[in-house]
Amino acid sequence: MSVQDLDRPGGGFAWKPFLRDNGGIVALVVILLFNAIFTPNFLQAQTLFVNISQVATIAIVAMGMTLVIATGGIDLSVGAVMALSGALAPLIFLSDWAQGSPTLGLIAAIMLPMLAALACGLFNGLMVSILKVQPIIATLILFISGRGIAQVLTNGNLQTFSNPQFSYLGTGRVLGLPFQGWLALAIAVVLFLVMTRTAFGRYVLAVGGNERAAALSGGPVRRVKVGVYMICAGLSGLAGLIVVAINSASDAARNGQLMELDAIAAAVVGGALLQGGRAPIFGAILGAVIIQLVKYTLLANGVEDEVALIAKAFIILAAVYVQQARKE
Amino acid sequence: MNQDAFDLRRFVVGNPQSAAVWLALLALLIFGALRYDNFAGAYNFGSFLNYNSMFIVIAVGMCFVILTGGIDLSVGSVAAFTSVIAAYLSPWGIQVALPLAVLAGVAFGAFNAFCIIALRIPPFIATLATMLGAKGGALVISGASTIAVDWGSNFTNMGMNKAFGLVPWTIIVVAIVIVVFWIVLEKTSLGRTVLAIGGSEDASTLMGLPVNKAKAFVYLLSGGCAGLAGVILASGFGAGQPLEGIGWELSAIASVVVGGTLLTGGMGSVPATVAGALLLGLVFNILNFENGRGTISFSAYWQMVIRGGFLFAVILFQSRVMARTAVKGPTS
Repeated sequence: MSVQDLDRPGGGFAWKPFLRDNGGIVALVVILLFNAIFTPNFLQAQTLFVNISQVATIAIVAMGMTLVIATGGIDLSVGAVMALSGALAPLIFLSDWAQGSPTLGLIAAIMLPMLAALACGLFNGLMVSILKVQPIIATLILFISGRGIAQVLTNGNLQTFSNPQFSYLGTGRVLGLPFQGWLALAIAVVLFLVMTRTAFGRYVLAVGGNERAAALSGGPVRRVKVGVYMICAGLSGLAGLIVVAINSASDAARNGQLMELDAIAAAVVGGALLQGGRAPIFGAILGAVIIQLVKYTLLANGVEDEVALIAKAFIILAAVYVQQARKE
Repeated sequence: MNQDAFDLRRFVVGNPQSAAVWLALLALLIFGALRYDNFAGAYNFGSFLNYNSMFIVIAVGMCFVILTGGIDLSVGSVAAFTSVIAAYLSPWGIQVALPLAVLAGVAFGAFNAFCIIALRIPPFIATLATMLGAKGGALVISGASTIAVDWGSNFTNMGMNKAFGLVPWTIIVVAIVIVVFWIVLEKTSLGRTVLAIGGSEDASTLMGLPVNKAKAFVYLLSGGCAGLAGVILASGFGAGQPLEGIGWELSAIASVVVGGTLLTGGMGSVPATVAGALLLGLVFNILNFENGRGTISFSAYWQMVIRGGFLFAVILFQSRVMARTAVKGPTS
């Protein structure tokens, strides 16, 4: 809800502004109602688990994307970074060294892929902030080559493994709910605090709102930009590990494919403005849930995958169109 | 801007950044001709151009879009879609399949233009949605499998035969497209408006230029070019391929960038874009020859890495040149 709408004068209930500002929640309620009535077996614990474990990765990446979009940027490389970190982890804990010392191996199998992901974010951030390349082009480089690097590393092979400790990332349960759901929630809380309570968060919004003004008032524009791309890439790396852990297998060709679309769509549906200046963290989760539920609804009701793509396209268009209306 | 008197160098090269791509292309050609036995032969050139013609024609459309400061991410999916359409229409021959498939591509372009101009959705998002839609559409109408073309008709003539036994038809068609749109960009008021929009859209509107018309034109053109690429795909490979086209938009963008067109729009040329596409294709052609000699052995996976590295190098170069000449830096 934006500030100017709060003190809207005049009586009566203003439906249009209400829909504009709460479209996400309205959409969610509509989808939930539809499912409760029409989708068989929707109101079951199993359905909830499936959806939570699938939505967590989208939500985690979408939150990073929200920060990048808040600075007026975009990150196309998230799917490729997922593939890269996902390919690295099994390579590490399947190596002879890690087999010898499993605990150290497990730590390395999580830390090193995360470091690789952060390095990708650093690369994107430097391209955007120092070389002043447009974000879409800067992140295009890793979008193209990141998955290639992952495939070169694994020689394009599917890596399967059985490693219960590592798989906990994707299959563990805490209080009966999937571990990665809690992880996504924890990340959301941390990012929310960062955005609302720290100078960094304020600068992220300032850069997106008016970059020149932020720079003239002495804001660390470059560091902020590098920061958001590194956060986004780090979260993508984590999502890549989760997907690999869920499947107990790493497929560099498929891990994170089209994730950039889901993440951008979730961020936008959640209320992020493409021009920058807004960072609705919990909105990103809401957007991810909507996208996941739409996907689930279509599949559960026997609509083919292909048609689901078309539906997704219209959701994205509708969300951005509503946004444009909000801006004007 | 190319608004002053006729200047051959500018007409061909476009801008100082583009000169580098011509030099690189020439150097690579000489290197290849000296190093490999069959490189400079008509067979290699013919098949090389034939294979890359799809990418060239898409890159030309993308060049127009990028010149206005926009982007079209839907071209790969649209080409896949029209390849299926073309395959279904192939029994009526190329004279029916070609125009109708191109028209299907133009229709997708019209949808992009509608979203961008009327609904004011950013090009990036609008064409992303079209990309999903076209991909879904291609899979739906084809039942997610390749559609065989009719070999009895003259449809495969274009992709597989040569005009008068000399030059492949595909190359002739694509060459005509290139020349027509080269002239449109450099010699017509529509082309000048396209360049002006990239320079400054607000200023162009204030000057009373037909900004919306020109913006619609570039997306229709890009869709049409993708449509033609789909026909070439179906006709050259003998099937409509709904799963093809992934990453084509990126090769096209890379070709435009390598050709020296400013990503912020306003400066660039059709021939330089063609040169950029040829350069990218040639790098892989030469890698194949190197593989053939057994000196190196790159898996197919390296191709993407090298393509990304290449794009990186060009962007570095572009930003260096721009920092030096300080023509007009890209804004992030």
